[in-house]
Amino acid sequence: MAHAHSVKRHKGLMDWLTTVDHKKIGILYLLAGGLFFGIGGIEALLIRLQLIKPMNDLVSAQTFNELITMHGTTMIFLGVMPVIFALMNAVIPLQIGARDVAFPFLNSLGFWTFLFGGILLNLSWVMGGAPDAGWTSYTPLSTNTYSTTHGVDFYTIGLQIAGLGTLIGGINFLATIITMRAPGMSFMRMPMFTWTAFITSAMILFAFPAITVGLVLLTFDRILGANFFEVANGGSPVLWQHIFWIFGHPEVYILILPAFGVISEVIPTFARKRLFGYSSMVFATILIAFLGFMVWAHHMFTTGLGPVANALFSISTMLIAVPTGIKIFNWLFTMWGGQVRFTAANLFAIGFIPTFVMGGVTGVMLASAPADYQFHDTYFVVAHFHYVIVGGLVFGLFAGLHYWWPKMFGRVLNETIGKWEFWLFAIGFHLTFFVQHFLGLMGMQRRIFTYLPNQGFDTLNLVSTVGAFLMGVGVLLFLFNTILTATKPKGVANDPWEDGRTLEWTIASPPAEYNFKQIPLVRGIDAYWKEKMAGNKEMTPAEPLGPIHMPSPTILPFVMSVGIFIAGLGMMFSKEHFSNSFMSLIFNNWIVVIIGLLITFGSMLLRSLFDDHGWHIEVEELEEEGVKA
Amino acid sequence: MKLAISIMVVVLLIVFAITAYVLVKFRRRAGQSGVPEQVEGNFKLEIIWTVIPLILVIVLAVPTVQQVFAFGDDHFNDKDAVQVKVTSHQYWWEFEYPQYGVKTAQDLIIPVKKKIAFELKTADVLHSFWVPSLSGKMDTNPDGTLNKFSFSADKEGVFRGKCAELCGPSHGFMEFKVKSVSEASFDKWVTAMKAPAVLPEDAALAEVFKKQCLSCHAVGDQGGPVAPNLTGIGSRESVASILLNEGQEGGKPVKENLKTWLDDPQAVKPGNKMPSPKDLGLTDEQIDGIADYLANYKLNY
Repeated sequence: MAHAHSVKRHKGLMDWLTTVDHKKIGILYLLAGGLFFGIGGIEALLIRLQLIKPMNDLVSAQTFNELITMHGTTMIFLGVMPVIFALMNAVIPLQIGARDVAFPFLNSLGFWTFLFGGILLNLSWVMGGAPDAGWTSYTPLSTNTYSTTHGVDFYTIGLQIAGLGTLIGGINFLATIITMRAPGMSFMRMPMFTWTAFITSAMILFAFPAITVGLVLLTFDRILGANFFEVANGGSPVLWQHIFWIFGHPEVYILILPAFGVISEVIPTFARKRLFGYSSMVFATILIAFLGFMVWAHHMFTTGLGPVANALFSISTMLIAVPTGIKIFNWLFTMWGGQVRFTAANLFAIGFIPTFVMGGVTGVMLASAPADYQFHDTYFVVAHFHYVIVGGLVFGLFAGLHYWWPKMFGRVLNETIGKWEFWLFAIGFHLTFFVQHFLGLMGMQRRIFTYLPNQGFDTLNLVSTVGAFLMGVGVLLFLFNTILTATKPKGVANDPWEDGRTLEWTIASPPAEYNFKQIPLVRGIDAYWKEKMAGNKEMTPAEPLGPIHMPSPTILPFVMSVGIFIAGLGMMFSKEHFSNSFMSLIFNNWIVVIIGLLITFGSMLLRSLFDDHGWHIEVEELEEEGVKA
Repeated sequence: MKLAISIMVVVLLIVFAITAYVLVKFRRRAGQSGVPEQVEGNFKLEIIWTVIPLILVIVLAVPTVQQVFAFGDDHFNDKDAVQVKVTSHQYWWEFEYPQYGVKTAQDLIIPVKKKIAFELKTADVLHSFWVPSLSGKMDTNPDGTLNKFSFSADKEGVFRGKCAELCGPSHGFMEFKVKSVSEASFDKWVTAMKAPAVLPEDAALAEVFKKQCLSCHAVGDQGGPVAPNLTGIGSRESVASILLNEGQEGGKPVKENLKTWLDDPQAVKPGNKMPSPKDLGLTDEQIDGIADYLANYKLNY
């Protein structure tokens, strides 16, 4: 028989460790991202508690610096990035009419390296101190001389490993979107979320290598005694700033573009109208991504780059306002003339618009170098980027999670609680961050662990802290909502919002393992809506019913990531003096690193030597299920 | 900046107004059925909201570029400028006046209305030199990338200065004061700074002070350059930049502040480089004596 059913079916934990199904990996990303988001949130609350009054001594100055560093790093790399990947995994293959991503094995590898990198970074709390040089980790503060614990090593190596996962994920989605679109889905018929995921993946491909190089250099400086950033030996600290921000600024757009995508899906659905100005949206997205690589030095206006650089980077930064403005007006005019429903998902999406515009206008103000000399490194900047990342991205993620939850889990989140989440989170958000604009203008610099009284900071800081706790309650309500929903029986309709426009709403919620029994034929933009308007209940299939080729589950990605994790730990402590001679022996002679790398490369070898042809779901099975349904 | 803020407020108002209108006018009403018209886009509108922002950007860009270049001008060698070389340390500020041959710390004394031209550098990690009410900030980089900029104070008074770049645990406490005084006072201050050092009257105490303190600190023409210059510390605005002295809101007597500091420097400013005087073997009595001496070490200007 041509199609062997030799696949091992795992159950329970093993199923999750070995899965290569994009829907399950999406859920794993969501769980891990949620966990780290929670940790980052607790760190945020501790920061706000410390700043609740002047000269507070809740945490020490050193602990405070560790908290701000880990809050920023965790939220950006381990909190919101994986939730973005969760949505991309859960939705992109469905939206383009594919059965999985292009490289299911890599998809799993990407998740596990991200997770182990994140775990490594967070282990620093219990293994001698967290990184303390800020999420930007500017040298020389982050060099051995001034940061003497292993904190920054956890930062460089943890992020290196986690970044590997992100890079792998980005490449995978690029390949998926380029090669696996259903027949008829030309690029200009792709849903907006797919477009933004595509552009974001392209940005990851170009931006992450920069941070990879930067982290390698810093690791070499710290662990192997190199001199890339040591002034005394001819290194340059300003070089780190360039490398970091050549990655760091595109990273902001890597984060926000998927949120733009989510908003562009949610708003049309709940306005029952197609997205206004689709082509200009696509164009604006590409333009933002392109300009995003041209503006990094606006983080460095006060570094002393000289007037020519400052002027050029000011103008290129201001230019980003143009494509962003196009998007804002397109969303508003999508709703114009529509029938807007205020579901929880749509509340977050609509709430996104004014909030993000506020982050945008402060961005343009910061773009002007002379003004930035005042604003830079103050709470004005803190307010600005939280308006963009929380008011923009996190609102977008909540909108997306409420919107696609039924597709991911087969259950609709409770709408009443969802609306409470929105109002608590939104009001808390503005209380927390709106006042911070004024704190910055009054002269409160960022990253200070406390402040002297009589500067007019006291009341505003108190307000900000109260707001932060309201946001916390909003997030807890969301958590409660998901748990409450999980206790309800499954079984929502394919198209629970009734106005779904794209392919993911044509199949079951949650979809079968193979997503589409027959790959659909796409006849225009908003493929499902087009069929609905033509009076069809289902998509027209583009292929006859046939056996479906599936990838086999495998534990190798997990094992490979464990190997890298071990090698990372070994690298970090290679120069450590242990009191235990055995520990010294295995660490100081690089034995731990070698073991870790052997595990990883050994797994790669296994993967290369033993061909895995996957397995097939036969037509009879498909039909059986059809009968059941 | 005012132009930028007003443009931005207008933009915000327009977007908020359209949002509010859309949300009120186009909410789905009970019993509403039928599908709204599926509008693809509107070429004219899209051009409008591309071109108008572009024009706004140009309106903002022109003054921005002008100001960037004005700010970038090097005034360090202007004839009438007062040169100040700033060196930042974890967690204090050193001010050198090369034209006058004077070095001080923490309190930057400047003549009112005169252009003060700075050359900035750091002795350790990156810091950023910032006097919010007088000017924007500028980073202090290690050798090789020295920054220059200038400002002037329009009126006499004391202005708060801060470090604006994360530099370690006591980053938030790395403040300094800018004291703008009349030109005559400034000249008097320079003369007083250049006068020979005044040491404690008690010879034994003077010996301890010389041996234990002047190995790093300096007073007048004596002592070392590693730690803040203490000449005339009794007439400064603060001790260790955050223990504010009398005369400022919430300030305390100088001597009390000096004693708090000398008693346990780490408790005041975590991570600073000063060894605890007690660890150096100073008795409470000696600490009290030195605090008393320093508190009364005032400059007349």
